[in-house]
Amino acid sequence: MDFVVATDLEEALDALGRGALPLAGGTDLMVGVNAGQRPDNVVALRRVRELRQRNGQRIGAGVTWRVIEDEGPRALAQAARTVGSPQIRNAGTLGGNVGTASPAGDGLPFLAAVDAEIELTSREGVRTLRWDEFFTGVKETARRTDELITAVVLPAALPGRQEFAKIGVRNAMVIATVACVVTRADDGTTTVALGSVAPTPIRIPEAEELAKTLSDPGSAALDEFQHLVAAGVRPITDHRSTEEYRRHGAGVLARRLLTRCLREGAA
Amino acid sequence: MTAPPSTTLTDHVTGTVNGIGESTVRPDGIPKLQGSFAYASDLETEGMLWAATVRSPHPHARIVDIDPGPALAIGGVHAVLTAEDVPGRLLFGLEHPDQPVLASDVVRYWGEPVAIVAAEDPETARIAAAAVTVEYVVLDPLVDPEEADTRDEVFRRIRIRRGDQDVRGSVVVEGVYEVGMQDQAPLGTEAGLAIPDGEGGVDLYATTQYVHADHSQIVASLDLTAEMVRSHPTGIGGAFGAREDVNLHIHLCMLALYTRRPVKQVYQRSESFTGHVHRHPARLRYRHEADEDGRLVRVEADVLIDGGAYASTTSAVLGNACYFAVGPYKCDNVNVDGVGVRTNNPPCGAMRGFGAVQVCFAHEAQMDRLAAALDMDPLELRRRNALATGDALATTGQRIDTPLPTREVIDSLVAMPMPEDDDSEDPLRLPGGTGLTTERRDVRRGVGYAFGIKNLGFSEGSDDYAQARVLLSPQGAIVETAAIEVGQGLVTVVGQIARSALGIGNVEVRHIDTSRIGSAGSTSASRQTQLTGGAVLAAATALRDRVLTEFAGEYLDDDGVWRDGELVVPYAELASGGWEETTTFRHPPTEEPDENGQGTLHADFAVAGHRAIVDVDVGLGLVRVVRIDTAQDVGKALNPESVRGQIEGGILQGVGLAMMEELIVEGGVIRNPTFTDYLLPTVLDAPDVEALLIEQEGSWGPHGAKGVGEPPTISSTAAVAAAIREATGLALPRVPIRPEHVALEGGV
Amino acid sequence: MIVMFELNGKSVSARVVHPTSLLAMLRDELRLPGSKNACEEGECGSCSVILDGDLVCSCLVMAADVERSVVTTVEGVGDDGKLHPVQQAMLDSGGVQCGFCTPGIVMTAVDLFDRVESPSPDDIREALAGNICRCTGYGAILRGLEAL
Repeated sequence: MDFVVATDLEEALDALGRGALPLAGGTDLMVGVNAGQRPDNVVALRRVRELRQRNGQRIGAGVTWRVIEDEGPRALAQAARTVGSPQIRNAGTLGGNVGTASPAGDGLPFLAAVDAEIELTSREGVRTLRWDEFFTGVKETARRTDELITAVVLPAALPGRQEFAKIGVRNAMVIATVACVVTRADDGTTTVALGSVAPTPIRIPEAEELAKTLSDPGSAALDEFQHLVAAGVRPITDHRSTEEYRRHGAGVLARRLLTRCLREGAA
Repeated sequence: MTAPPSTTLTDHVTGTVNGIGESTVRPDGIPKLQGSFAYASDLETEGMLWAATVRSPHPHARIVDIDPGPALAIGGVHAVLTAEDVPGRLLFGLEHPDQPVLASDVVRYWGEPVAIVAAEDPETARIAAAAVTVEYVVLDPLVDPEEADTRDEVFRRIRIRRGDQDVRGSVVVEGVYEVGMQDQAPLGTEAGLAIPDGEGGVDLYATTQYVHADHSQIVASLDLTAEMVRSHPTGIGGAFGAREDVNLHIHLCMLALYTRRPVKQVYQRSESFTGHVHRHPARLRYRHEADEDGRLVRVEADVLIDGGAYASTTSAVLGNACYFAVGPYKCDNVNVDGVGVRTNNPPCGAMRGFGAVQVCFAHEAQMDRLAAALDMDPLELRRRNALATGDALATTGQRIDTPLPTREVIDSLVAMPMPEDDDSEDPLRLPGGTGLTTERRDVRRGVGYAFGIKNLGFSEGSDDYAQARVLLSPQGAIVETAAIEVGQGLVTVVGQIARSALGIGNVEVRHIDTSRIGSAGSTSASRQTQLTGGAVLAAATALRDRVLTEFAGEYLDDDGVWRDGELVVPYAELASGGWEETTTFRHPPTEEPDENGQGTLHADFAVAGHRAIVDVDVGLGLVRVVRIDTAQDVGKALNPESVRGQIEGGILQGVGLAMMEELIVEGGVIRNPTFTDYLLPTVLDAPDVEALLIEQEGSWGPHGAKGVGEPPTISSTAAVAAAIREATGLALPRVPIRPEHVALEGGV
Repeated sequence: MIVMFELNGKSVSARVVHPTSLLAMLRDELRLPGSKNACEEGECGSCSVILDGDLVCSCLVMAADVERSVVTTVEGVGDDGKLHPVQQAMLDSGGVQCGFCTPGIVMTAVDLFDRVESPSPDDIREALAGNICRCTGYGAILRGLEAL
């Protein structure tokens, strides 16, 4: 077993270049190890200081959910509070959530909603991919194995209003049945992003277009908005929920979150 | 029956008595809090090997060939054993031996053990188990319980005919109900350590609820004499019914005897989900008929439970489901047809509530439907039909001769104060919690009531008994028992019973192995406080009486024997006298049912009621169980804090079944055998609980105590369902109630 | 490989031969069975320890990754075998039944009371959200910790 405890980015990139598997908070990788997977080459990233830094809109990949819960932008902090348990939030990182790319990743709808970019670093250099270039399928991304997710880069100006919500069958430690983020800028620009309802996080452009024209939280057009969201998602039925419920929940959640944004705007 | 000891005895004891009626703290509390308490999974010994199990990936298949070669070729592997290596009886089973220790020709459920291995360390054992090559011919699994019924693949049918089958009521309600497969999910997984004694025998320390039943099954399969196998109680991380049946016990003994080395095994969580039996899923068809005044005239029920691949306790669970099919209500004309079917689904057996849970969900929904049809208050309907001491149980006709305060439970539950309406927007007070799904305006509140009844102790003619020993040692009085402490607090309460009876404060409870004492029976059926408690009370009382008679003493305490205010025999002198008393306690005899399911089948009963207050986000189908109030018939609370702990814990398991706990089985395969997907309620899902203990002495338990473990789980599920129905107006005929059942109307 | 770290105030070293968890190393190599193995997925909290100041599930920490770290387990709680106040509170309130979740809950509570001087009842509930208890229904645990 090759195991490198990287203390800086150079060491981490070197190890990745030699085929090491990146280990951040361990909250995904170790579940596999405990089930019998035996990766023979691992680089631990917990001590890489560069990854834990936050500079303006650049959030280091090693920033934990615990820190984001306290200090992150509103809707991402709301999402952080629903990640696993306090123990998981102390260990799990934003970069890990991005790298695992589960359809149910709690942080991903926010990244989609604000058009975040994923910064990938290798010995070859740095490249950034827009979220929709990065997430390519269920637990599939555009990351090369020699690349490290070093940061998530948010746009310089975040929308003034942003709301997150997540449906789960219990009130803690639950995988999202549906997660949703709605953002609204001062000019009425609205984004609607959802998780757990498609192979990757998705946006619903038709609903966003309609929402731009709305300003009254009591508007009858919210029915149409809800319908567009429900029609725009691509959920599946599995042991956690049904396609029909996920579609329904997506519409209801998006509507409620848009209403919250509009109410807040009106106040 | 032994008379309760005079209470004046305890007045002579200096300091804290920690006798009955006090909320004495657990003697095992400190080691458990410090992490030093030894659970089965913590045991180790010199030269120990590790076991792993090879399990079937198919729910139904013929075994063509098992090749241990690749596994044996791995360094550090000491044994690969199969059915051919079982020295004695291939089959085991708690009631009917029908389950192979290791599958020989056919596997009948997903995860059935096919071979076992022992290796130097857990990693090697795991790799070796994966290397055992098993060739299967896959067969069609029988997974539809109705089809199994049609094909007469059954473990037991029960037919109850009581009263006049032609009587009809003027108000009729019918319904079909379903209960999903719940798992006990004790936090400690199955674990054990078998140590060969070097003389052909073996000592086993393993997770269990019933050490003597394990012992007899091990002896039969190993083909050893009873003396050669010693089954030892050990630290158990919860049970709730999951540990009544044998799982790794015989395997570990086989491997230890074969390798002549100690062998240990600890199931991982996913293996635990296939390694123990589950609560029976049920389909229940009901017809209630009443007169215009709401008196039950006739109840008809079809009870179908899926026993899975092997018998386990399906027969007894079906018995309970049928005998308590009407609930704690009077009715003279009853018709129940019950069947426990055999399928290729996971085997089901004991879980807290044992058949009464499933029918309670149905009979309480029926009572609410009947009340609606009568336009009557559902509580008034229940009062009019409440079963009381002296009445006949609706199903079996048994005259109830111990206290049964159904009416008092109903009235005191209704009288408990209701919580105020909540207008908080704090997400922790709302459905969906920190998921921020819900605002107060999305919420409708609902209130629901449910009541349940269950037998205490074993029934249907079982010779149900417990043996206990009390002795005076230099270290103090010692209680010896083979009763299993699974967390419920037996270790506390029998100590209290002994202290009060003896007058001695310094009492230690020791759990000893099968070679040193007779059976205490199973830690199940809410029975140990009554049975082992009864044995300890009888033994301690007899021992005290003999000592006082011998020395013409007036009373006994930690200092010794006293007469006329003087110490006549110091304790140290007493302790060297070899004083001990072993007593076997039996509850009143029961009988087997006649051809119509009639008879005195049960020794005692307990009744409880629950009021659930829920907030429902109807749009998303999310529910917050705000509070559960309960009144429970406890006979006499020997340790009120422990009773409360049983009530709160049992209620949360009931809430779990109502809201989230279900093993999803598709084509015989469990889809969610992990804690990621088999969801247990967290603290943020737990309602506040207010509990009222209804004490009516007169039961045969020590000091009139009744078992308290199961009633909290029986009607709490039904109460939550009733509350959600009240909030939504939906029928909700199935538990767990999932968000889609509420949010998508008619979603079931 | 050999992993060296500080465990309950003492320097220790342990052998790690394949990718395994801190929990497995604590239990199998270092013979500290207080941290319990109940799910190995971070879904029950029974294995909670404090790693470099943070409460984590030791089943999700790779053993080799604690090199030069500071780890506190339930065995390191309380002075000289005396109960820590959270342990005493749980004992007194009847918050222990089977006890399998108890070490994890003790670690969570120790961490909470270290970070927050007077946690509110809701603080306590949210802090305990990652610790499953199957026996108590949480009531007695909450009563104990709220009394502190």
